[in-house]
Amino acid sequence: MADTPPDDTPAPQGGELVRRHRRSTRLWHWTNAFTLAVMLMSGLMILNAHPRLYWGEYGANPDHAWLVLGGEADVPFPGWITIPAHYSPADARIWHFAFAVVLVVALLAYLVRSLLNGHIRRDLMPRLAELHPAHLWHDILDHARLKFPTGLAALDYNILQKLAYGSVLFVLLPLVIVTGMAMSPGLDAGLPWLTVVLGGRQSARSLHFLAAAGLVAFFLVHMAMVVLAGPVNEVRSMLTGWYRLPREKDQ
Amino acid sequence: MSELILSRRRLLGTGALGLSGLVAGCDRINADPGVRGLLEQVGDVHRVAQRALIGRTALAKEFSAADMSPLFRANGSTRVADPAYRAELARGFAGWQLQVSGLVHNPMVLPMAALMALPQRTQITRHDCVEGWSAIGKWQGPRLSAVLKLAGLRPEARYIVFHCADLYGGRPYYESIDLIDAFHEQTILAWRMNDAPLTEAHGAPLRLRVERQLGYKQAKYVMGLEARSSLAGLHGGKGGYWEDVRGYQWYGGI
Repeated sequence: MADTPPDDTPAPQGGELVRRHRRSTRLWHWTNAFTLAVMLMSGLMILNAHPRLYWGEYGANPDHAWLVLGGEADVPFPGWITIPAHYSPADARIWHFAFAVVLVVALLAYLVRSLLNGHIRRDLMPRLAELHPAHLWHDILDHARLKFPTGLAALDYNILQKLAYGSVLFVLLPLVIVTGMAMSPGLDAGLPWLTVVLGGRQSARSLHFLAAAGLVAFFLVHMAMVVLAGPVNEVRSMLTGWYRLPREKDQ
Repeated sequence: MSELILSRRRLLGTGALGLSGLVAGCDRINADPGVRGLLEQVGDVHRVAQRALIGRTALAKEFSAADMSPLFRANGSTRVADPAYRAELARGFAGWQLQVSGLVHNPMVLPMAALMALPQRTQITRHDCVEGWSAIGKWQGPRLSAVLKLAGLRPEARYIVFHCADLYGGRPYYESIDLIDAFHEQTILAWRMNDAPLTEAHGAPLRLRVERQLGYKQAKYVMGLEARSSLAGLHGGKGGYWEDVRGYQWYGGI
């Protein structure tokens, strides 16, 4: 939480435990993490049924695929990374559609809550100065040198974090949901604009895959940053809300 | 060094064991009827929401001839072994008749000529397989509603079942839809595809087109329609071949 403490309390120093993540953020974070894991693993099983991707409205074996996964393999994704582990797109669909409901409801609840409590405006929205190329470049260099903010500065998301979290919340998750909806022949009848804006059902399916790949890329970078920034402190702050401020260099 | 290798090997072994244990655990959860029931119940939100959102009348998108797939993939059964079917296929289905039975006032048999004499609907639509692929083709045939009106549904009728000529994996293929889709404008009994009579691979002589649902609902080789009040007691009781055999959703709109 980036609230400025009232004047009469001393500002917390490096090494002190401070409140960091709101309950709504922590609750959504773990619900969403689990949900996305189920969605990814069941999604890979569904993709096993036809691991070819196309652009446009139609696309099947006789048509040109822009991506064919697995090559000679029977199915591209092995059992340890799919739900269920044995080949069953039918079971995978049961998991995928049940957790799709959790994904959408949790995301909507979190976005509304974060809009109302100011989390989006205060913590997630980049300030204009932060978007200045010089500032961006400075932050990229700091990250590349593994130089992370200390003291109070560590309480605010830096611009690269804001951009990463913002693209998950406002680009990748909405895209993965809308493209998922566009693959449903039932919804396509009721909401014909779905496939129109996405360039056809097979384009929607390709974009669904790319959005999921983007979420996996985010996850990998996210894991790397958590490990580099101190996994115990980071995970504790997302579980309990309490975060130990990193000490200043001269402390 | 050898100790290090040994321990690393042991570590890998433990890791692989842990992973396979986790995978087995996941599959046990997947097989648990309570978990499945809950997942299916939550997933049913989609059917309820779709029915509320798209209503009875919303039409599936129709395309122009320029949008059609150059080659329409044939899937599932592409050949029917039944000797009676093969004899009819050889003579162009001259003696074939569609059986209309079950909860109807006038059970009847309709030869191809009768189906061709009914008002025809032609539509170029997208066929979406549950596997993920899509193909766009042109279909022609009478509306299912026209046939049902001829036969006169009894008030207890809730579902229309399609009995097919093909065996898939040794079991008879069948499908069913409810009356919302049965009376939908685009639900037709297609005997023509892409401006030619249906081929065997695509379900000759008659195939259901229920355009707001997935491919496995588009029953091929339709020999008979049966109006029923319930799907229980018919084959596996879940209303369709893939529903019975693999547990695919009966509602194929998702």
